This record gives sequence, structure tokens and C-alpha cells, in this order.
Amino acid sequence: MSRRKTKDEKLYLASQWRLMWWKFLDHRLAVFSCCVLILLYVVAVFCEFVAPCEPNKRAKERSFAPPQTIHILHEGHIHWPFVYGQTQHRDPETLRLYYSPDTERRIPVRFFVKGDPYKLWGLIPMERHLFGLGRVETVNDNGETITTVTRFNLMGCDRLGRDLFSRIIYGSRVSLSIGLVGVFFSLVLGVVIGGISGYYGGRLDILIQRFIEVLRSFPQIPLWMSFSAAMPATWSQLTVYFFMTVILAFITWTSLAQVVRGKILSLREEDYAMAARVAGRKEFSILMRHLMPGFLSHIIVSVTLQIPGMIIAETSLSFLKLGLRPPTISWGVLLQDAQSVSAIRLYPWLMWPIAFVIVAVLMFNFMGDGLRDAADPYSH
Amino acid sequence: MIGYIIRRVLLMIPTLFVISVITFIIIQLPPGDYLTTYIANLQETGEEADEALVESLRVRYGLDKPFYEQYFIWMRGMLLRGDLGQSFSMNNKPVTELIGERVALTVVVTFFAIVFTWIVAIPIGIYSATHQYKVSDYFISVLGFIGMATPEFSLALLVMYFSSEMFGVSVGGLFSDAYIDAPWSWARVGDLLVHIWVPVVILGVAGTAGMIRTMRANLLDQLEMPYVVTARAKGVSETRLLVKYPVRVAINPMISTIGWMLPALFSGSAIVAMVLGLPMIGPLLLRALMEQDMYLAGSLVMIMSVLTVIGTLISDILLAWVDPRIRLERQRS
Repeated sequence: MSRRKTKDEKLYLASQWRLMWWKFLDHRLAVFSCCVLILLYVVAVFCEFVAPCEPNKRAKERSFAPPQTIHILHEGHIHWPFVYGQTQHRDPETLRLYYSPDTERRIPVRFFVKGDPYKLWGLIPMERHLFGLGRVETVNDNGETITTVTRFNLMGCDRLGRDLFSRIIYGSRVSLSIGLVGVFFSLVLGVVIGGISGYYGGRLDILIQRFIEVLRSFPQIPLWMSFSAAMPATWSQLTVYFFMTVILAFITWTSLAQVVRGKILSLREEDYAMAARVAGRKEFSILMRHLMPGFLSHIIVSVTLQIPGMIIAETSLSFLKLGLRPPTISWGVLLQDAQSVSAIRLYPWLMWPIAFVIVAVLMFNFMGDGLRDAADPYSH
Repeated sequence: MIGYIIRRVLLMIPTLFVISVITFIIIQLPPGDYLTTYIANLQETGEEADEALVESLRVRYGLDKPFYEQYFIWMRGMLLRGDLGQSFSMNNKPVTELIGERVALTVVVTFFAIVFTWIVAIPIGIYSATHQYKVSDYFISVLGFIGMATPEFSLALLVMYFSSEMFGVSVGGLFSDAYIDAPWSWARVGDLLVHIWVPVVILGVAGTAGMIRTMRANLLDQLEMPYVVTARAKGVSETRLLVKYPVRVAINPMISTIGWMLPALFSGSAIVAMVLGLPMIGPLLLRALMEQDMYLAGSLVMIMSVLTVIGTLISDILLAWVDPRIRLERQRS
């Protein structure tokens, strides 16, 4: 009985944000998705370390090499996870390279191995990778020692023999961040314009609302296509990246603006807003100090639910060669290789980036769902 | 009701005007115009562009005129003669001639995608709501979420891959080879119907997944209503009870979703058409944008937006027609 009471008391005394946090924790799937997303973003941040290979390192002899599966069973015995070496031979007629696993050669997969040298965040020179097959030192005829990194292609290689898994990991940095940056622009635009619309009301409000309606009747992809076509080919990778985020935000801000406007309109009629007005507070400070906390959680929810759309949009546009372009690595750019039926029939592993897109989008949707329920902590 | 429709149609005029201005600005955004692309293409092949010829072309296309004048020429042709201008890159053919069939096919595919969405989503939504928290409900929900998370182009890729890998069928195109350039006939329509389901299903999946969620939520809200309990207490059979009242109420708000489904469907159809190589608006728009074929690209964006606006209007009218609450409210006000 007494325990029950303290629990109730805790519930009454808890702040709004604490209630939301509790409610979010109740939503198991959302918490799980949140963890997966954190993992994905950590991988994106440390992509140089996580990727087993240098993403732009070409290897002619590994052109379209199929994925190397990780095994633990060899001739009926359990081993430390290992991969089989691959032997290749060329079809004399079609000149196509064929690879077959060489079950004689077992190469163990190790953690924290030395591999291709890289610079973490372009600054810290490092050699160790999260996992890989390590390096082999051989002495050649002239007596010099040559170190060769044993290539590990978890998800196969592309035409130039570049490791697809490493490229996907590097691509996650661009593909996952573009949603965040895009949403940031959309947030700024949405809050400012929606705020003005709801705050001033009247003719300005009607004008802004009509404009938003017009923007929303544009089909997004064709509109984005037109914008992308306007990008000069001479732009640097970074400029293209920022331009992409801006055009992604160009339509999406409208829904945020509508959320903000609607919330301001309904909250300014609340008693506490009236009380503040009677107490002599300025309208603007009422808006910032008293109304803002009331709709902040709804903004967070809308923002979270916009990120997956942006990831899909970036991937789709880059896939159509209308967005980011090589040498930038993003999931959409990687999928450009998978455009023809013949390519995906011969090398189905080129479709791997799709799995990453789907997982990222799915996790954002689940998390957004959980946040939406949590944003209204008093509903139960 | 008629007054309402008239008012809505009148409201469309300023909307369409702003849309046309924005479209024109966007189309003009890329630096240079079609002739700079044309000259660049000539130079690539090693030919020298004839100054006088380029200048005469510039005058002929009206590209020497200031921005706003070009806009008025375009608008005047469109409004007075239904003339959308001419395509620069395709032998100066009128735009209307180039896009007629493609627009029609896009509308047909989109229409079928909506029909598909409704036919699939509503029964599944009802099933999901009446079996809330059962294994089948979870299964449908998970499948629905995955459907929403899969970008259209990757779904198209996957369909292409599995159909060629498992059934040995190639799914590209809307017609068999024999009918691609054939004039319209019943046989060609039949051929279209054989091929059309692939893009329709790909397009419909995302919308279907979303709609199942909405239908499920709407119906669950209704099932808790006291009138359902009353009807059940009076001994109405479960099926009759479900179909006669809550389902009808739950479907109403879905009609308004047609409005926001249209832009998404046009976007999706553009991508799917490019991946599958369908003779629809998407691939032509891409080509027009690349070659700075201004009137062609502008007209395509414009047509899609106009179709969206009209679609929204239709869904609003349908909503008012179906839902007496909305109709009565409008009459009173």
C-alpha cells in the first residue's frame, strides 16, 4: 500500500519531460530502435575504424568478387570464425572472372587487426580496424619485405574491386547525416514561418497558409529532380551535399510549420496564456517562455518522423544520378551500380545498401511512433 | 453543395497561378539555356556552332526575351490554345504531342494504384483491427512497416531481380514488343493490362501499408463507441454490426487521404517508371531536365501539379458528398 502511494506520488511530482521519458521506455520496440539507431550513428562516426578496407582502394583482381561468408564449421569441427580464401579463374570465352571458395585455405577473422592505414576523421593516423583478416608479410626476390593486407569482402566487391561493405559503412556517414542536416534546415524554416503565421495571424497567416498549400501540391520527386538538375557539374562534393539538404528541406518544412502554427493557435487561448497576458507579459515572451514548452515535444516528434523521408529521398535521387555523385560515397550513390537487371542478376550483392536503407528508415519510424505516444504523457 | 464546388474551383485559380510561376522559376534556374547545352553538345562532337544559326534559333524560341515575357508567352499559349510550347530537343515537336500518351498512362497507373491500395488496405485494416494484438495483427503491422520503409526504386529493383531470377520473366515496360508503337486497339489495351500490374503493385505498396495503419486506428476508435455495444446488446450479428456501422464511419476519413496520396504517387511513379523503363512522365522529365528542354520540363511539372490539385478537389468533394456531417456544417456556415 505504502509503496503504491509513493509510486503515485512520484507520478504526480514528475516533470512533464520525466513522464515522457517513462512512457517512452514502456514502448519496447521504440527503445530497441533507438539503440539500433545509436549503433548506426556510432558506426557512421567511426566509419574509418569500422570498415575493414579503404573504400576507394581498387583491386583489379577482385572485380565483382562475391561476398565471403563467415564460417565456424570446418570438416565437422568448430573453429574461431574464419573465411575461406577465394580462387579465381577467367572464362576464356566470356572473359568474365569467376570466383570459387578455396576450402583448403582458412583465414581467421580477427578483431582490432592492422590493415589499410587511414586517418580517423581525416586527422588521427591509425592502422587498426575493428575486424579484418590482418596482413601478410612476404619477402620478394630482392629480399624486400612486402606487407599485403588480406582483403576481406564481407558483402562482395564492385566492378573496380572496391569492398562493398566498407563503402556502405562510409556511405552511412553521408546518408545518415544528410537527414539530420536536412531536418535542421526544415526545423528552422518551419518554426520561424509557422511561428510567424500563428503568432501574427490575420492576412499574413492566410497568405502563408495558401503558399504552403501550393508548395504541397507539387509532387516532391519531380520538384527535387528539377532542383538537382540546376546543380552545376563543377560544384564540389561539400557544396552538392549542402544544396541537397536545402532542397530536401524545401518542401518538408511546410508540415512542421503547420504543426507549430496549429499549436500556437490552440495554446494561446489557454488560461495560463491569458494569465500571463493579464500579468503584463509581452506577447513575444509569452510565446517563448510559456507556449514554446507546450509544443516542443510535438516538434521533436514531427522532426523525427521527417528524417526517414529525407533518407529515402537522398537515396532515390542519388540512385537516379540526380543527387550526390561519385566520388562521394552514399547509399544512393552505391546503388547506382545496381541499376540494370543484368547487373543485379549477375552480382546480386550490389543490392546490399537497400537493406541498410530499409533498416535505418524502419528504426526511425518505430522510434518516431514511440516518441509520438510519449509526447502526450497525460493521455492515459 | 454546388456553391461549395464552385467556390473550391475558383480558389484553384490563384493556386494554379502561383504553381505556374514557381514551376517556371525552377525550370529557369539552371545556368544557361537550351542553346548553351546545344552548343556544348556540338562542340563535344568537334563541330563549330554557327553564330548566326544560334542567334536565329534564340530569336525563334524566344530565348532572347526577358524572363517575364517568356513566362507570358508560355502562359498565353497554354491558356488560349492549350499549347504547351515546343520541345527543343526533339525536333521542335509540340509538347502536347510528345506527352499526351505518357500523361494518360501515368494517370491510368496512378488510378489503378489507388484502387489497388483501397482494395487491399481496407479488408486487411478491418482484419487487423478486429484481431488486435493477435499474432496475425502483429505480422500485418510488421509487414506494413517494412512496406513503408522500402523506397519505391529499391522495391522495383527487387521485383525485377526476383521475377527474372525465379520466373525468368523480364518485367520492364508497359507493353510487349509487338505493341510498343502500335496504334491503340483492344488488343493493345489487353496487353497493357497484362503488364500494368507490376508498377501498380510497386507504387501501391507504400500507400497500402500506411492506409492499413490508418484504417486499423480509425476502426479501433469506432469499435469502442457505445453505439457498437448497444447494437451488440440488441443482438445484431457481429459481421452485420461491423460492416453496417463502424466500417462505414472508419472509411470516411480515408477519402481525404486521396488528396495527399496523389503527390506521393506521382513522385513514386516518376521513380518507378525510370527504373522499369516505362513510357510515363518520369523518364521524359529526366531527359528534358538534363537537356534544359525548358517548355517540356516545365509542362511536365506543371501537369503533375495540376493533376494533384484536381485530385485534391475531387477527394474534398467526395468527402463532403459521403460524410453528411461535413456537408451539413458547410451548409450552415
